[in-house]
This record gives sequence, C-alpha cells and structure tokens, in this order.
Amino acid sequence: MSDFFSFFLRFLPDLMRGAGMTVLLTIEGLSAGFVLGLLAALARTYGGKFWRGLAVGYIELFRGTPLLVQLFLIYYGLPGLGITLSRELSAFLALGLNSGAYQAEYLRGSLLAIGEGQMMAGRAIGLSRWKTIWHVILPQALRLAIPAWSNEPVSLLKSTAVVFLIAVPELMAKAKAIAAKTYDPIASYLAVAIVYLAMVYLLDLVLRWMESSTRIPGFEMEGKKA
Amino acid sequence: MPEIILEARNLTKVYGQNTIFKNINLKVKEGEAIVIIGPSGTGKSTLLRCMNLLTKADGGQILLDGEDITAKGYNEDKVRSHVGMVFQNFLLFNHLTALDNVMIGLTRVKKLPRDQAVKKAMEELRRVGLLDRADHYPGQLSGGQQQRVAIARALAMDPRVMLFDEPTSALDPELIGEVLGVMEKLARDRMTMLVVTHEMGFAREVADRIVFMEKGSIVEEGSPDDLFYHPKNDRTREFLWKITELYGKKEKEQGGKS
Amino acid sequence: MDNTFFSYIIQGTAITVAVTLIALPFGLIIGLLMALLHTYGGKALNRFAAAYSLLMRGVPPIVLLFILYFVLSGEINLSSFWAGSLSLGIVSSAYQMEILRGALLSVGGGQMTAARAVGMSRIQAIRYIVLPQALRLAIPPWSNEASIVLKDSSLVYALGVPEILRRAQQLSANTQQPFLAFGTAALIYFVLVFATNRALDYLSERTKLPTHP
Repeated sequence: MSDFFSFFLRFLPDLMRGAGMTVLLTIEGLSAGFVLGLLAALARTYGGKFWRGLAVGYIELFRGTPLLVQLFLIYYGLPGLGITLSRELSAFLALGLNSGAYQAEYLRGSLLAIGEGQMMAGRAIGLSRWKTIWHVILPQALRLAIPAWSNEPVSLLKSTAVVFLIAVPELMAKAKAIAAKTYDPIASYLAVAIVYLAMVYLLDLVLRWMESSTRIPGFEMEGKKA
Repeated sequence: MPEIILEARNLTKVYGQNTIFKNINLKVKEGEAIVIIGPSGTGKSTLLRCMNLLTKADGGQILLDGEDITAKGYNEDKVRSHVGMVFQNFLLFNHLTALDNVMIGLTRVKKLPRDQAVKKAMEELRRVGLLDRADHYPGQLSGGQQQRVAIARALAMDPRVMLFDEPTSALDPELIGEVLGVMEKLARDRMTMLVVTHEMGFAREVADRIVFMEKGSIVEEGSPDDLFYHPKNDRTREFLWKITELYGKKEKEQGGKS
Repeated sequence: MDNTFFSYIIQGTAITVAVTLIALPFGLIIGLLMALLHTYGGKALNRFAAAYSLLMRGVPPIVLLFILYFVLSGEINLSSFWAGSLSLGIVSSAYQMEILRGALLSVGGGQMTAARAVGMSRIQAIRYIVLPQALRLAIPPWSNEASIVLKDSSLVYALGVPEILRRAQQLSANTQQPFLAFGTAALIYFVLVFATNRALDYLSERTKLPTHP
C-alpha cells in the first residue's frame, strides 16, 4: 500500500500534465458539442424536411456508432479522401461531433417539453417563428435541459480517455508511458484511475452547484432526477 | 364461551420521539367483527400492522391462538400466513392476473399443488363475485374489483382472522358499496374480523363491537348501540357528532347536486 | 472488392457480437446482485454496493478495462478475448446496477409489504413479487445500456482482440483504402446497434402489462 502511495506521488506531476490536456479536450468538445447539438436539436424540432433529415442523420449516426470508430474514421480514414488532420484536431472533431449528437437529444427533449402553447402565444403577439424560438422557447428550454444535460460533461470527460489510442498526449497516454517505463501496468492504471476519479468528483460538485443555483421552483421536467 | 383468537397486551409503538400508541389491550374473539374508529393519525393503522408483525411493536405482547407471536425467534412468516390483511391501496401484485394473485400464497407459501391451488383460488374469486375477471391484470380492474381480489387473496390462505386497513378509503364513492358488501357477507359467515374504517354505516350495521381510539389509546369500546346512542365518554360523543355532521353535509351536497 | 474483405470483416463482427453477449449477461448478474445488496442488504452491504457503483462509474471504461485486463490476464492467465469480455462486463455491471436499483425502487415498498402479509419470506417476496416487476420496468433503460456495451466492445481493440475495429485497421493497411475500411466498420456497428434497439423494443412491448379495462 505504501509502495503504491510512493509510486503515485512519484508520477503525479507527470499525470497532472496529462490531466491538463484531458481538461482542455473536455472543454473544447463540450463547447463544440453544445453549438452543434443546439443547431441539430433546433433543426430536428423546427426545421423543414431537409434540415430535419440532416439533423436526424447526424444524431442517429453519431449515437449509433462507437466514439473510437468515429475517431479512427476521422484520423485514419479521412486521409484516404485527401483530408489529413492532426491528432489533436482529430480528437477535438470526434469528441465535439460525438458529444453534439448526445447534447442534441437532451436539448430536443426540453424543446418538446416546452410544447406548442408557448409557440402559439409567441405568434399571437406578433413574433415571427424564429423570433419566438429565440426569445420565448430557447430561454425556457435551456433551463429545463440542465438536469439531464448535466450528465454530459462527466460522460464526455470519461470519453476523452480513448483518444490516447491515436497518441494524443492526455492522461491515459501518460499512464501508458508510465506502465511501459515501470513494467507495472496495474499500478499505473490504478494511479490514473484515481486522478480521473478526483476530476469526475470535482466536476460533479460544480455541476450540482450549477443545477441547484439555476433551479426555478415548480419549473421542472417530469421525471426529473432524484 | 368463544375462544380468543388475537389479543394485544399492553402493546406500545414509538417512532423516534412520538408515541404512536401506548398500552393497548384488545381481545378479538372467534367469529367476532370488531371495528376500530377514531380520528386520523391516532395509530389505528399502525396497530393493525403490528398485529400481523408487519411493523414491530416496541412493548407488550401479541397472542395468536394463545401463543405469544412477539416472542423472540417466532416464525413471522407463518404468523402472517394465518392472518389475512387487506390494505387501503389494494397492493395487488401488478404483474399477476387476478387468479395468480389469489393463488401465489397457496403455491409459494402453503406449497399446494397447482391444480388444488387453482380450485381454491377460483372458489375465493367466486366468493367475492369476480370469477369472470380471473384472467384480468390489476391494471384492467376497477378499484373496487382490485380490492375484492385483494380480499380473495387474503381469504385463500384460510386465515384465523382478517385485518382490514381502511379498505374503502382509496375508492371512488360509487365503488365503496361492492367492497363493503363483500365484507358484510364475510361477517355474516362469522369470519373473525378486525376493521379500521371511517364507514360509520358499516360499523353500526356489521360490528359486534366498536373500539374508539384517539391519540394512541382506546377511549371507549362497546356494542354499536352503546357507542352510537349512549357514549360514556365526551370525546367519543364529540367525534361521533363531528363525523355524522360531516356525513350529513356530504349527503346533502350530493343530494343537492343530483 | 474481393471476398476476403467481407469474410474478414464478418469474422470481426462475430467476435464483437460474442464479446457483447458475454459482457452483458456477466454484467447483469453482478449488477443485479449489487442492486439487491444496495436495496435490501444491511447497512454495511448497502455501503459496499454504493461505493462499488461510485468508484466504477467515476473512472473511464477504458481505464477500468486496462486494470481489470491486466489483473485477469496476468493473475488468472485468461486469454485476451475472455479477459476483455469479462472486464467489459464488470465495467457495465455498475451501470446495470443503477438501472436495476431504480427499477427496484419504483416497484415500491407496498408490493413487498403485501407479499409479506400473505406470509412470504423476504427472499420469496423479492423473487416472486418484486423482481418480476422490476425487471419489466428495467427493460427500456437496460436496452440503452445494451447498445452502450455493444459500442464499448470496440474498446477491447486496445487489448488486441480481433474485433471489427481491429479488422478494419488491418484491412486499411492491406488495401490502402482507410476510409472504406473504417467506414465499413462504422456501418456494421450502426446496423448492430439499430437491430439491438429494435429487438429490445419488441421485448419491452411483449412484456408490457395490460392496463385498459
């Protein structure tokens, strides 16, 4: 036990450098995913036939295949079509596209929960369709989406761990290097597990604080989380 | 002299700081129908749950056929298979048909062979008038029908005594009659019953003895005539006056509407 | 396009399906056990199950997969296929536990009370009354987990198990057509996930209890 402790302390600085990259990837992916997800959710809910079809295709394809396959298709596959991207850019694209598909569904759920009544009320006072969406529906839907959406950051943080497989130097890549150096894979991956656990715990605290501070009593989706 | 089937001796129940009831003494004789009345939150339902050990009492004893069932190491499951219970919210097993609901105690607890269990369960369903609903799931039955299946489920175990915990409180008014009808028939067949209810009409017509409970103790008990027409205790009188007042109003309102 | 391309990828598909079919039930058994311990166990067992869930779900699946893989293949000498499949099952068990725990809770205490009132023991009540209802309720969220496990089975690629993705990588090297190779892999996953969801929707529909009078 004390052996593991000193092992952990010895490689902690190294792991922390990897953790920086992991955090960066999470923030980038989450932001890109939010923009994509919002567009896809709006297109799927309010768009015409073409945009709706495009959004459904995007959401279903990216939710229906593994992130790792998407990552490989972008990093190894696209060069076959003459598009070559760096490791970091590939990781960013894969995480953003993947997260966007999931975020789209969270947002769509809350858009649907707002219902037709608000749209009618907006149109009734003379707002255009898109103005009603922008000024009336979205402000409510975004707030309503928070409890369900707040699963996504933790989920994405955990998902970033696969990008070491295209050699992006994040946490897991550091652990792999440590395992190769020390010949002790179990201790190396246990050490990185602890770092992930701490990050997930902290992120969870932040999200819970955010959730409780944005709550409006009586304005919640049915079947909200306990 | 009829045999005493179920008896509570100095029964006490405490939840944290709150005393639910204290030093309750109650004897249920064979073939007797006892109705417990009283304001809400006076521990009537908890008393009933203690009587078949669903809730553990904190003091005193419960005797079933003279045996102390609160003694350490007593087989609780066996006690419950001899004491039938009907709940306010029916609590039918949602994944089983009416027939299977009635049968499951027979096959799983009494370990009867299937054909015997089916026969017995059908008999009980006939007794509550629901033979034609045997293959319906609880979700397909009305509240009154569900409660009658629940009664059949308890009866199938051939219980020594039946406990009813406000069996009609969760029912729409038009469905109360069918359940009370079944209970009345049971009382006429001399089933031993202990009933918690707010149905004063039922209490007056069917009970051999009425027990008035308030704030965790038995205030007064006696025949329906004694309690309804010659209550000895002021609190009994007050409670009965309030409840008949309420009833009168309700009936008037309903009469006015129709 | 020659035949070997397809037969090669179909073998990979078979391995992906096999990994999933081992991991899912293995995770279900552990998850069910943990959910029961959490819901019906005493204080100590409840704490144990809660800690298990929290720790397992707080770490990325690939990290757990690596730890468990090195434990299973190193200490018990399992093949990478078996070590990977079982590890994936253990990863999934914590998520399946949460699904089943939610289902057990929503069946509610009343059903347990009613079963005890008929004279059933605790174990009988769980087995004959609570579980049959909880498992029905768990099917929709569980089918979501089934497609997650199917997708996560791609992670055993990293352990050298020759499943779809690994095959696609080799094909990409052999044919010099990386987009076609990985695109095919993606398409196969998509079809598998789609079929799994449809099949479980059907199961959910079939096991639904009737409600209308």
